[in-house]
Amino acid sequence: MRKTLSIVASRLVQLLIMVSVLSFVTFVLMKVTPGDPIRDLLNVDDVVATKADEEKLKKEYEFDQPILVQYGKWILNVMHFDLGESIISKRPVIEMIVSRLPATIALTTGGMVVLFLLSISFGTLGAVYEGRWPDFISRWVAMLGASIPSFWLGLLLIYFFSLKLNLLPVMGKGTLAHFVLPSITLGVAMAPMYIRLLRERLISTLQSPYIEAARARGLTKERILFLHALRGSLIPLITMFGLSIGSLIGGVTVIEILFSWPGMGELIVSSVKQRDYPVIQGYILIVGFLVVITNLIVDLLYLVVNPQIKQGKETV
Amino acid sequence: MEPALIKSRALKLIHDPTMTIGLFLALLLGGVTILGGWLVPHDPFQINMNNRLQGTSFDHWFGTDQLGRDVFSRIIYGAKLTIGLGVFAIMIAVVIGVPIGLFSGFIGGRVDAFLMRIVDGILSFPDFILAIAIAGMLGPNLTNLIIAIVLVRWIVYARVVRGLVLAEKEKEYVLVSKVSFSSAFKTIRMHLIPQILPDIIVMAAIDVGKVILLISAFSYIGLGAQPPIPEWGAMLNEGRSYFQVVPSLMIYPGLAIMLTVLCCNLLGDGLKNYFDIRKRRG
Repeated sequence: MRKTLSIVASRLVQLLIMVSVLSFVTFVLMKVTPGDPIRDLLNVDDVVATKADEEKLKKEYEFDQPILVQYGKWILNVMHFDLGESIISKRPVIEMIVSRLPATIALTTGGMVVLFLLSISFGTLGAVYEGRWPDFISRWVAMLGASIPSFWLGLLLIYFFSLKLNLLPVMGKGTLAHFVLPSITLGVAMAPMYIRLLRERLISTLQSPYIEAARARGLTKERILFLHALRGSLIPLITMFGLSIGSLIGGVTVIEILFSWPGMGELIVSSVKQRDYPVIQGYILIVGFLVVITNLIVDLLYLVVNPQIKQGKETV
Repeated sequence: MEPALIKSRALKLIHDPTMTIGLFLALLLGGVTILGGWLVPHDPFQINMNNRLQGTSFDHWFGTDQLGRDVFSRIIYGAKLTIGLGVFAIMIAVVIGVPIGLFSGFIGGRVDAFLMRIVDGILSFPDFILAIAIAGMLGPNLTNLIIAIVLVRWIVYARVVRGLVLAEKEKEYVLVSKVSFSSAFKTIRMHLIPQILPDIIVMAAIDVGKVILLISAFSYIGLGAQPPIPEWGAMLNEGRSYFQVVPSLMIYPGLAIMLTVLCCNLLGDGLKNYFDIRKRRG
């Protein structure tokens, strides 16, 4: 129990540090940037802005105050779960981001399924046939997967499966068929790291004493592999997932744009293009929150599957 | 180094097939990057509306784009930009990050522990999103994207170098150097830098590939290079409405990105074997 509490506490500290440093940096960057967000806003409709208009808007968004005051006010509002409202759409930022969350989570889940299938099959292939030609294939799949730009892979998939063969919808969201191409794209982009890791873990697991013992007991090769070795090798993958949740959220952004998927990534990119600062600030906060919470869940899961840690025999 | 030693090392380098393919690609891409300006058969910016969306021909090897520009020339010209910027961004990140990591690790103590706590907090945040946020605050263009990449990447180098220094610092040869009254600067220069250099080289080689992927992805979603710059990701973005008519507009720029990143990954893997990094670190 004490271990659990200390894990939760250290993750909370991490969340505080991450969010305060990052939000402060973006606040300062916004301030030192030559372009004035207020003037950007006024020039949108090509109407000549008067000095009075500018002053009025500056007051409204409190851009006339010192940066530390602005930052302090933002922090205070955040503590009340108020992330401000969008400059462009005037809607509350938190509502805008949260309404996009389910689409992103759905796509990420689809990507995870593909990722899981790819890493299990190619990782196992590489480990079982270590040094032979299936291992060679597994290695090159990982190598090419790590080198191909995900948006280009997506474009190729759209070209062949949607435009040429007419099998799957091009973009948007709705039916299960809409999930196929974006999930494959995301899964392939994430898989190489996991394929290599699983292969290495599996090779060392296959040499460990308890596998030797299972062999001595006369268990079949397949039984040893799938019931014993693979299960033992999957635990480190859980930790790996915690570490790569960040690149998953990053990677999904490009794929959402490519497939016009109405998720958080699509929202942030359009907000960046319109320089909608409150949305960008809120997004950083929420991504930071998601990353830390995921890692916290992974920590606790690890505690469940590996009780040695709880007894203090191993440090996280 | 003796000639025989150089020869045996060179043989070891080429013996590894990963490295051979990597080196071959590197020579090819490096040549194209440096000689790009003289190699292009057409002006990469010359618009010719009478000649738009042409397929592959003897005059236009990769066809022409929606504005009648020669795709082959644009890709060759873009190599200088994409590869050059990738290498440049990582060089700056290394130059800033490595010294800070060296001294932070070497000096140690409470300041170091405090700084690393903050660094870890920032590092667990997705770098792609951080780059989006920074580029978003500064305004989306190629220069700001490079600034964002450097701001994010130098921290990674500082963190890794610090970890390596902490591990090496306890070893006897560093202690010997210390008790023999070498200055901290001299110990770092003479002993620590040669020890950690292979790790930095391998990391930087793979990182250049990652940064090229990042730059092209940003340009593709419209937050990096802006038209008419022939950056490969930007070319894919500009031509995306015409893929169905002229697939070559989609094939070649993507292939160029993939080959370049593949080259970086092969070199990184090959160098990792060459330096025996896994064995040395146990």
